[in-house]
Amino acid sequence: MAAATKGSTPLLTIKGLTASAGDLEILKGIDLEVFTGEVHAIMGPNGSGKSTLANVLAGRPDYTVTGGQVLFDGQDILKLEPEIRARMGLFLAFQYPLELPGVRAWQFLKAGVDARRVHNGEEEMNAREFDQMLKAKVAQVQIDPDLVARAVNEGFSGGEKKRNEILQMAVLAPKLALLDETDSGLDIDALRIVSDGVNLLRSPENAVVLVTHYQRILNYITPNHVHVLFDGRIVQSGGPELAHELEEKGYDWIKDAANAGV
Amino acid sequence: MTTPKVISRNATSSELDADYKWGFTIDIESDLAPKGLNEDIVRLISAKKEEPEWLLEWRLKAFHHWQKLKQQAPTWANVEYPPIDYQDIYYYAAPKTDAPKSLDEVDPEILAAFDKLGIPLQERERLAGVAVDAVLDSASVATTYKETLEKHGVIFCPISEAVREHPDLVQKYLGSVVPYADNFYATLNSAVFSDGSFVYIPKGVRCPIELMTYFRINQADSGQFERTLIIAEEGAYVSYLEGCTAPARKTHQLHAAVVELVALDNAEIKYSTLQNWFPGDKDGNGGVYNFVTKRGIARENAKISWTQVETGSAITWKYPSVILDGNNSVGEFYSVALVNNHQQADTGTKMIHKGKNTRSTIVAKGISAGQGNATYRGLVRVLASADGAKNFTQCDSLLVGDQCGAHTVPYIEVKNPTAQMEHEASTSKVSDDQLFYCQQRGMSVEDAHFMIINGFCRGIFQELPFEFAMEASQLLKVSLEGAVG
Repeated sequence: MAAATKGSTPLLTIKGLTASAGDLEILKGIDLEVFTGEVHAIMGPNGSGKSTLANVLAGRPDYTVTGGQVLFDGQDILKLEPEIRARMGLFLAFQYPLELPGVRAWQFLKAGVDARRVHNGEEEMNAREFDQMLKAKVAQVQIDPDLVARAVNEGFSGGEKKRNEILQMAVLAPKLALLDETDSGLDIDALRIVSDGVNLLRSPENAVVLVTHYQRILNYITPNHVHVLFDGRIVQSGGPELAHELEEKGYDWIKDAANAGV
Repeated sequence: MTTPKVISRNATSSELDADYKWGFTIDIESDLAPKGLNEDIVRLISAKKEEPEWLLEWRLKAFHHWQKLKQQAPTWANVEYPPIDYQDIYYYAAPKTDAPKSLDEVDPEILAAFDKLGIPLQERERLAGVAVDAVLDSASVATTYKETLEKHGVIFCPISEAVREHPDLVQKYLGSVVPYADNFYATLNSAVFSDGSFVYIPKGVRCPIELMTYFRINQADSGQFERTLIIAEEGAYVSYLEGCTAPARKTHQLHAAVVELVALDNAEIKYSTLQNWFPGDKDGNGGVYNFVTKRGIARENAKISWTQVETGSAITWKYPSVILDGNNSVGEFYSVALVNNHQQADTGTKMIHKGKNTRSTIVAKGISAGQGNATYRGLVRVLASADGAKNFTQCDSLLVGDQCGAHTVPYIEVKNPTAQMEHEASTSKVSDDQLFYCQQRGMSVEDAHFMIINGFCRGIFQELPFEFAMEASQLLKVSLEGAVG
């Protein structure tokens, strides 16, 4: 794996981020910097807030940001609509991708690509060019071409939905990809396809934040940094070795350490 | 009898709902009979059209029957509106100019109006190969593509012309599927119908082009009562499209049309509608009352297919039906009905299985937005004679927002134990999660709604001819404006 080359300014800067769902405070002060070329893994036990973090960054309306700041590509994005963040190059691979009955995958993806291009002052992609690009991406991420001919996620298996997220990520080529437990519920083949997709996308120009409960996916994707989230805070950060430590010891020692610290 | 000549009144711009793109009136002189309905008016209409005695008699029979109905319109539909004053309506309004012989003779202002509607006649004629019969208020304005059709023996003309030129055909089939006493509105139509389209496809002929009629109500306070009759002889095929628009007006307009389809043995008729009558403004003022009777009869091995996209009208009351008379005949109904603001739609179909091994398919999609109320009402009746009859029904409702309504009222009557019936129904809402998913891929909330709703309608749009499918999709988008985003 190529060593990350740090730019002078981070692609993503999170400072003191707090957020709640209804009355429940979930994120209690997150600080994180992500540079281009990096892959960060965010791990933690259930309920620690890792999915919330990914969704808050993408602007999911179910959560209310109560404090802090998020700079993406130099811009404060917390007040921006989700679609603007997306057009700036922020992508969220959903933990539970939605079914859009009757909506052609082709049409859905082209709308996304065009929205981003128009946002960047470019023209919409012509249909033939898009078609060729899509075919190439389908081959690249080793997805059954049949999935693209069907409606978005309609009647897909869990694994197919996750793979479809990876295809969407490849097509939209984001600057920052947030993967919300994309690995959960996948068999070993699907896990490999998902991991290969992420590795393909990795470049010095973009970054990946991988939210996961299990260390398993980190056998296929080597992160530059691993963070452990517990009770709405990052309680431990380290290199890839931290993931292995978690695999061996489980999350209990983190909980104990965190509780002892309070 | 004297007929007052008046200039049609233009609605002032303040009367018009600016959001209704098709809301404009044309300043052409109208030939207008006085308001109200009586025997003299029926006679006037018939005289104006120089109709034969039998047709006048038929109209009068209908009128007298209508009088017996004592203005009691049916009340079972799930729609609400104040009583209609049938004496406060113009029953005859025709453009004053004499019927044009060719497009060159058509009033340029009428042509400009069609341009505004997005139907440049010449364009369509050339590009789409669609023969257009445009009915403005009551009389036919222009019929294109006549020569090509004549070569195949296809007749496509205003029904008033058919009465003159092909009286035997009209007399044989008029009222044969929808008798004059069928229902309140059909009876009214039978008494006062002004014009409409007539189509005749000879035995074994596959009509080489799609036939299209554009209906438009221009006169204020006028009713439109067009009558369409389509006959497909044995083994014939025709695809027929109709589009409807009306100017935005403060008052309600009544539209009570009758469409009759006759598909003889082995014939096929495909009938597609894009209905975009003025739906009224955001507060529910104005708009067309669309009370329409459409029915076809399918003889042996024949097939009748109704496809409709209903986005307009303040109230829609419409049940395009098929009588599956012959053995192995097929009936289909594909429908999208969208209501927004204060629109109400009670629409569906009737499939009457008489013949053996008859099959029917019903796919109805209702979209409710704003404070709109959409009801699917459908009857599947299998008579004792219909051995092996099959029906598949699917009714899906999609809710946009939380102030609209969707209702499904299926009636199933089966008198034959060998029949197979399938009924599926679903109600869903455009979910916030779906919207967020689309937004996360870069779409605005409005575009996301539009994409999800289009997806919901996809199965129906596929049944439409390509050009119409594009237009239907566009129409949905315009009709949804203000409801989402």
